[in-house]
Amino acid sequence: MGKDTQLNIWEVFIQSKSGLPYIHAGSIHASDEKMAMQNARDTYTRRGEGTSIWVVPSSCITASNPGDSEMLFDPSNDKIYRHPTFYVMPEGATNI
Amino acid sequence: MKKEEALFKYLLRLADDSLILGHRLSEWCSKAPFIEEDLALTNISLDMIGRTEALLTYAAVVEGKNQTADDLAYRRPEQNYYNHLLCEQPNGDFAFTIARQLFQSTFEFFLYSELLKSKDETLAAIASKSIKEIKYHLQHASDWTIRLGDGTEESKIRMQKAVNELWMFTGELFEMDEIENALLKSAFAVDLVPIKIQWQNKIQQILTEATLIVPEDDYMQTGGRNGIHSEYLGHLLCEMQYLQRAYPDAKW
Repeated sequence: MGKDTQLNIWEVFIQSKSGLPYIHAGSIHASDEKMAMQNARDTYTRRGEGTSIWVVPSSCITASNPGDSEMLFDPSNDKIYRHPTFYVMPEGATNI
Repeated sequence: MKKEEALFKYLLRLADDSLILGHRLSEWCSKAPFIEEDLALTNISLDMIGRTEALLTYAAVVEGKNQTADDLAYRRPEQNYYNHLLCEQPNGDFAFTIARQLFQSTFEFFLYSELLKSKDETLAAIASKSIKEIKYHLQHASDWTIRLGDGTEESKIRMQKAVNELWMFTGELFEMDEIENALLKSAFAVDLVPIKIQWQNKIQQILTEATLIVPEDDYMQTGGRNGIHSEYLGHLLCEMQYLQRAYPDAKW
């Protein structure tokens, strides 16, 4: 793969409504924070997808190593008691 | 001149600026320096063409001759287009496109801020939607001007050259004639005398931050507001109006 000459890569997170979590939308190229914000806005919120944006330089993100995934994630497979499925739902409640 | 006639022409002037510059920006589609900028320029283009539609739809009503916004956009000859010459200048390099946008968006920012107070309710409503978009266009253009002006040796040279070459098209932005004066009296239109000072101050501030030199006023081009254009508008309209000219009333 050739060298990426199109500025630095930033990850974009969009919040669709106030109070909801920011969800990863994708990445963009930009040379600085201001440009990253504008490019994120132009690339990912053109159809009313968001009310707030976070941009983060991709280099600032620490990702888990795919080689560690057995160690990190498999141990939770047989711990069904960690799911709150043993409660009886009070009558009439839709969420607890 | 009757008031409707003056208002019709004023609306065409506003609409033609945004249609012609919007069309110019659309020419960047798939050709911008990178994909994010491709989207940014075409988003601005769509904002401007959307504003044109609102203005021409209203203009057609004011004219009262059963024309549609499309008729006004696609069937008017060059001499009946009243955009500023600035808006029809070809894209040039990226710096040239940015300088052209900076000059026009700064002008539009102050113009539409005043149009919010227009006694014509439809025009004020169009302004209130447009001003949000224009603020972003101005932000985009001024950020790039500063980034390129205060950037590399090459980008600085190109940005300064673009500013210098386009300067002669900025005098026309502030011309007032009997149409605008008549509409100003009834508080429909905007007085461009104070707008000129606001524009100069803002441009001075941005160019200074961009470490660029503000050109001296010299010979200023004029004519756009009266339908007298540079050689570029005819070619632009050829392309933009082709379909309606070749196949009138064509439908999808």
